[in-house]
Amino acid sequence: MFCCFFPGHSMQNLIDAPKQKLRFSDPKVREWLFQIITIVAVVSLGWYLFNNTQTNLQHRGITSGFEFLERSAGFGIAQHLIDYKESDSYARVFVIGLLNTLLVTVIGVVLATLLGFIIGVARLSPNWMINKMATVYVEVFRNIPPLLQILFWYFAVFLSMPGPRNSHHFNDTLFVSSRGLNMPAALAADGFWPFACSVLLALVAVGLMVRWANQRFEATGQPFHKFWAGLGLLLVIPGACALIFGAPLQWEMPELKGFNFVGGWVLIPELLALTLALTVYTAAFIAEIVRSGITSVSHGQTEAARSLGLRPGPTLRKVIIPQALRVIIPPLTSQYLNLAKNSSLAAGIGYPEMVSLFAGTVLNQTGQAIEVIAITMSVYLAISISISLLMNVYNKRIALIER
Amino acid sequence: MNRLKLAGLTLAATSLMGLASGASAGATLDAIQKKGFIQCGVSDGLPGFSVPDAHGKILGIDADVCRAVAAAVFGDASKVKFSQLNAKERFTALQSGEIDILSRNTTMTSSRDAGMGMKFPGFIAYYDGVGFLVNKKLGVKSAKELDGATLCILAGTTTELNVSDYFRANKLKYSPITFDTSDESAKSLESGRCDVLSSDKSQLYAQRSKLAHPEDYVVLPETISKEPLGPIVRNGDDDWLAIVRWVGYAMLNAEEAGITSKNVEAQAKTSKNPDVARLLGADGEYGKDLKLRKDWVVQIVKQVGNYGEVFERNLGKGSPLQIDRGLNALWNNGGIQYAPPVR
Repeated sequence: MFCCFFPGHSMQNLIDAPKQKLRFSDPKVREWLFQIITIVAVVSLGWYLFNNTQTNLQHRGITSGFEFLERSAGFGIAQHLIDYKESDSYARVFVIGLLNTLLVTVIGVVLATLLGFIIGVARLSPNWMINKMATVYVEVFRNIPPLLQILFWYFAVFLSMPGPRNSHHFNDTLFVSSRGLNMPAALAADGFWPFACSVLLALVAVGLMVRWANQRFEATGQPFHKFWAGLGLLLVIPGACALIFGAPLQWEMPELKGFNFVGGWVLIPELLALTLALTVYTAAFIAEIVRSGITSVSHGQTEAARSLGLRPGPTLRKVIIPQALRVIIPPLTSQYLNLAKNSSLAAGIGYPEMVSLFAGTVLNQTGQAIEVIAITMSVYLAISISISLLMNVYNKRIALIER
Repeated sequence: MNRLKLAGLTLAATSLMGLASGASAGATLDAIQKKGFIQCGVSDGLPGFSVPDAHGKILGIDADVCRAVAAAVFGDASKVKFSQLNAKERFTALQSGEIDILSRNTTMTSSRDAGMGMKFPGFIAYYDGVGFLVNKKLGVKSAKELDGATLCILAGTTTELNVSDYFRANKLKYSPITFDTSDESAKSLESGRCDVLSSDKSQLYAQRSKLAHPEDYVVLPETISKEPLGPIVRNGDDDWLAIVRWVGYAMLNAEEAGITSKNVEAQAKTSKNPDVARLLGADGEYGKDLKLRKDWVVQIVKQVGNYGEVFERNLGKGSPLQIDRGLNALWNNGGIQYAPPVR
């Protein structure tokens, strides 16, 4: 719309044309007229709504504005990735909710992609058993609403685990109970920073080694055991550092004291249930997208690869999938956005992410529904736009460049 | 492109709240009289306060308060339509004009009375406080032994804030799990996800009655906060506010004067007691002053009952909850329910 607003070329015609009246029959005039009318209509609608809301809010005596963000929260939160005490502000509560949403989104996206690719390829397998199992998986998990799946994982799986006093444990270090997965916490000890530096050094060394090996292969054809050499470097350099400077990490064990475990890290069952349910649900859709991408690559490619002596594994990895990715990436972006938005269903199981924390508790305590919902919507919009942008960049890089 | 998105966002945000539908304040009573019924916001299922029975009729003390208002305004206690709301949507529904009165076990606090576009008429249907419900096998006898416990709480309630204050004041640690509906939190208590269910004590008794083995659970003796529960109305219509306030006080005054649903008609005709005469419309125009019918209290008590009858039917001896009058007894009977006089 904006690009056509100033049709510079034709404007020149209008000005040059001698003494021509502004006729409605002239398509250029109509173009301008309708665009001006539309802009005026949209702007005045927006202004009317804004004004109406402000007047009504004032009339009813409902406070508006964003000062409520500085008030202290006064309630506890089950999972917070940054430090939080109850006297912190609502703004901090918002950040905590946002981090929890992003945590679920990132983990869900990674796991769902992995699982989706595996299932998608499995559906195309010539092995009848694997093929049918993948089909059943896709049909079952695609067709059940995500909230039901989340509730199932939460109530039927995680909450039916034994209580903390009878939890399953492995060696007294890892505890699985209805309170979640309790594991030892890794705390930085004396040797932490030297260890981190040495890991970085090892990665750089591996990178250089791979480059040198590739160049030598291109020049002389001599192969090199890149994998084993890289592994050796990664083990030896940090290992030597740990020996010299001392252990990099010390472990804090979870202990059962009274009602709950104290110490160590805990993955609450809400997070586990939500992530698993969303992963399984979204993977079913991604599997279908992957399958359609792979079948979109012409069979001639597979035949050519086979005739060159490539086995099925490398054929799929090096010939088919890179071409299939062009078809897979756009719908895959949509599935990632769906996963990010479906994480708001967490309110049904009490996971403290942005909707249940900010648009739930904070909205209720302050009563300022419009500001809270507007902030929440803007943040979801920002998350979705970021995901789309990243995927579009990747899409452009692998696009088919036609000559 | 971004500007369009911003315009669309404002549009969506404002239309979401429905305020653009132009519900005007100050004429709630007129609107109610025109449409012929009261839209009453209640909870999504809390035994004793507002819960649907097997036929879908909403029973409970909160529902009866709305019916009493309808009896006073229209002479017919059935001219009420109920909207079931959870703790998150209750205030927005009232602010936007979707309901006329919110009778949903809501605690009267200063922040809700100011700056949210609502006012409490001041009639307290039930004086309550926050308590804790635990499983007997944890062996806990007092709330001070709950260090490190996991608590199930409803999101967006005063319980969340009061529990946080209590644990901090007593230097105890706790882990909160928040839910949208009381059914979800009860299910989590049963499955062991949380050790303690924390809510208004009346809700704890109500929830306990819904569990599979109620006898396994005990309500701890501590009451850690004041929770006066009462109906709340929108700003801007003082007449409507006065009506809701005085309907509640009329029910209390009726109980104080010994008027019950069985004897109200007889008393209206023959009583010589000046208080009774004023209450039941035989003397004075107090009903008309409030913009109600002359026999407003007669209709309330005949169709719904006085406060004691409503309490016993929903929460007391006539109900499965068996809650004592306690604080909710009349002021001259050991409690703190005190109604200003109708005169």
